[in-house]
Amino acid sequence: MSSTFDQIANIIAETCDIPRDTIKPESHAIDDLGIDSLDFLDIAFAIDKAFGIKMPLEKWTQEVNDGKATTEQYFVLKNLADRIDELVAAKNAGTGA
Amino acid sequence: MDLDYFKLIDRIVDLNLDERTIMVEAQVPEKHTIFEGHFPGFPIMPGVLLTEAMAQSSGWLLLGVLKFKRMPFLAIVKEAKMRGFVSPGELLTIEAKVEHEGSGFAVTKCKGRIGKQLKCSAEITFGLAPFPDPSLRVHMDALAEKIGFPLQALAHD
Repeated sequence: MSSTFDQIANIIAETCDIPRDTIKPESHAIDDLGIDSLDFLDIAFAIDKAFGIKMPLEKWTQEVNDGKATTEQYFVLKNLADRIDELVAAKNAGTGA
Repeated sequence: MDLDYFKLIDRIVDLNLDERTIMVEAQVPEKHTIFEGHFPGFPIMPGVLLTEAMAQSSGWLLLGVLKFKRMPFLAIVKEAKMRGFVSPGELLTIEAKVEHEGSGFAVTKCKGRIGKQLKCSAEITFGLAPFPDPSLRVHMDALAEKIGFPLQALAHD
């Protein structure tokens, strides 16, 4: 079974037509890969479906806007993979995602 | 269907918030300048208007799901397929279903039919935003009443 990062990278490559080999765990979705908010909607849909979760994009955006979090925490792909793993674990624990 | 004001949906036939589905009717006008150009001698509904009609149908569904607390704005159209011609005077029936409700966005799947014949389909993504202006909310409320939006459906949770 592929890692969460691999799954995300494959989704991004397919959704945004970005060569898969240029997508690294250290890549920042916005700053490095140039993904805009519209493409990210598409990516979020694919990730939500693939992992059976609902990524709290609005909450994350609010935290960044309020200075309580950095974009790196959510949009560097290895960190995004960690957030997704947390959401999946929370869902599997029955605590809601 | 009021093409001049881009109000394409005439009537909500059914809204099921438990199943997250909607069925609407849109009466294609017999005459309109659009048909004079699209096309001379062979008037048909432009595919972009069929797509818009599917988007508006989904929009009413999402307004119901969101209890009019947010406005859906068209963001992405995928797999838009014009499967057959729709002519002036025909009654278009459109069904839409919420495929996914994400954080700040939603995706629907829609199908438009004339009678039993499938004429168009699409997967549509909307951004969901607070009403940007109170007058828009007032306008949508009035339009909802006009097309028979079942406001009582919003009462239950």
